[in-house]
Amino acid sequence: MANDNGNGAAAQFKAGVWSDNPVLVQLLGMCPTLAITNSVENALVMGAAATFVLVCSNLVTSVLRPLIRPHVRILIFTITIATFVTIADRYLAAHMFEVSKKLGAFVPLIIVNCIIICRAEVCAIKNGPIKSLCDAFGIGLGFTIALTILGVIRELLGSGSLLGYPVMPAGFEHWVIMVLPPGAFLTLGIVIGVVNHLRLRRSAGGAA
Amino acid sequence: MTIGSLIMLFIAAALVNNLVLSMFLGICPFLGVSRKVDMAFGMGCAVTFVITLSAIVTWLLVHGVLVPVGGAMSLDLSFLKYVIFIAVIASMVQLVEMYLRKFFPSLYTAFGVFLPLITTNCAILGACLLIDMRSYNLVEAITFSFAGGIGFALAITIMAGIREHLVFSDIPKAMKGPGITLLVAAILAMSFMGFAGMMR
Repeated sequence: MANDNGNGAAAQFKAGVWSDNPVLVQLLGMCPTLAITNSVENALVMGAAATFVLVCSNLVTSVLRPLIRPHVRILIFTITIATFVTIADRYLAAHMFEVSKKLGAFVPLIIVNCIIICRAEVCAIKNGPIKSLCDAFGIGLGFTIALTILGVIRELLGSGSLLGYPVMPAGFEHWVIMVLPPGAFLTLGIVIGVVNHLRLRRSAGGAA
Repeated sequence: MTIGSLIMLFIAAALVNNLVLSMFLGICPFLGVSRKVDMAFGMGCAVTFVITLSAIVTWLLVHGVLVPVGGAMSLDLSFLKYVIFIAVIASMVQLVEMYLRKFFPSLYTAFGVFLPLITTNCAILGACLLIDMRSYNLVEAITFSFAGGIGFALAITIMAGIREHLVFSDIPKAMKGPGITLLVAAILAMSFMGFAGMMR
């Protein structure tokens, strides 16, 4: 087991980014995904904050796992996560005030982001710190990538800009609906459809 | 504060700023538990119940304990809010579960697995946080959280009704399941945007 630890860790990382992508495949953490992807900047900051919390909580859970009794584990997870979310929230409020104001309640809501509890329960409570860390980075990156894809689509079509810089040609009619709530559902639905289509085609090709 | 403004707040929280369809809170149960109307309705009722209770308890804790204690020690204890909120919600759910099992066993079996699931429903924590951010008073907090719960129940029940019919339609393979559900949610969200005209 110790031998394939490095391999296992790398595989864990890759799975988090693509085949087990938390948003596009496992459909976890939908609330922030839909709510804050109206601009790329929000998406990146949210991805970074969630990754930070995920990495820290996975590390702590994994180190503490001999001490955690099964029946109180969910409580321990939530308290651990809440602590790190508080740190992230204070940091954002101090150094990136504008973004933190835009994200609003969604920074504290990382506490109930099911991705993080899910990783603690599925991975960190059963595995050593190294594997848990790789898992956290992989899932965090996968989450950030998914958010960024949605952010790019919605900001490009909805406000004609990327990271705040206008990129669309003059005269481009903004699709206002894309930055409003329905646009979020619409974009995510279509992106998930496309991802599913690619996966179906790949597995069909593999079988043939 | 008049009755009129409370009614306005109720309509705003239940319809115009629907927790699910315009604030994206509680999306996971909205997508996960909306296959059957009766299940969706049960979930909606359970959430409404817990959201109102948690809003009351967290409001009382913030204004009855955190603010005066912080004031007495001349400290800003607001950084403790998140930890306290999530602990209150988790124990509220636990309490409600025990209470129902003891006194209303039929209701308890009807709710089943949904009760523990509510702990990680971001609609609850979201509502408590919003109440705190907008510094509502107690009556407003109760109205807001109850209306939010009703809004959640409404959205998830409508969604389940549509999905029960969706089963019979011919959908491209890749769009089956979550894909088409999200598109339906998009159309629902657009129709709920129409309620914005009520607030004027």
